[in-house]
Amino acid sequence: MRYLFLGYAVIWTILFIYLVYLTRSQKQVNDKLRSLSETLQQRD
Amino acid sequence: MVVALYGAFLYAPTEREMGEVQRIFYFHVGAAWNCFLAFFGVFLGGVGYLITRKRIWDHLAASCVEVGVVFTTIVLTTGPIWARPIWNTWWPWGDPRVMTTMVLWLIYVAYLMLRSSLPEGETKYKYCAVFGIIGFLDVPIVWFSIRWWRTIHPVVITSSGAELELEMIHALIVSVIAMTVLLVTLVMLRMAMSLNFSVAEEMTLNVRHSDRRVEGV
Repeated sequence: MRYLFLGYAVIWTILFIYLVYLTRSQKQVNDKLRSLSETLQQRD
Repeated sequence: MVVALYGAFLYAPTEREMGEVQRIFYFHVGAAWNCFLAFFGVFLGGVGYLITRKRIWDHLAASCVEVGVVFTTIVLTTGPIWARPIWNTWWPWGDPRVMTTMVLWLIYVAYLMLRSSLPEGETKYKYCAVFGIIGFLDVPIVWFSIRWWRTIHPVVITSSGAELELEMIHALIVSVIAMTVLLVTLVMLRMAMSLNFSVAEEMTLNVRHSDRRVEGV
């Protein structure tokens, strides 16, 4: 039972870490888009 | 995913010899099947890019590698956790299935390292496409390793079908489907993200370039 718990805990931990990484990447994309829209607004 | 967990924990019967720890098998196999699928996506993306030279194929390949490495990591961690009570060892060095899967993981980690070390441009996408196509050669080796060489890894799916109880087959199918849905969702999410990022970057460069030209005039 200990190993079964460990197995599934590892699966969810790996997926959680990847989701955190995806959220950070999404934040980078948002920052990039914000800086682009600011640049475009300054031009106008 | 909830249905898959129900299938793995409650619907499928307990295996007679291995006991409860055998229930790792449903998600272990689901992850293994999906890492093959993800690396097929890398192969497809590589071929698509080399033929059409369209950036979308490169985004597909890069997204598939990332998610494929995540799924292979699940395979390589749940495998030893199952192996410890069953084989009495965490890592059977020399087992063809284990070692070829490890090589597969290393190949695609190397792909990610190559990708992050090269500057943006046609050369990077071309190298990555070729690397992804060559790397995919390990997938059939992993699949057939338990048939070609002597191994202690269980052979569940044979030419005569799956050697499992009917309820176990149902639980396995549901967990494979759930993991496939998760894989497709993650790849699409990652692809949309990298597409948006590269479009924004390209537009920023264009704006700066045109600004410089105006200043020059």
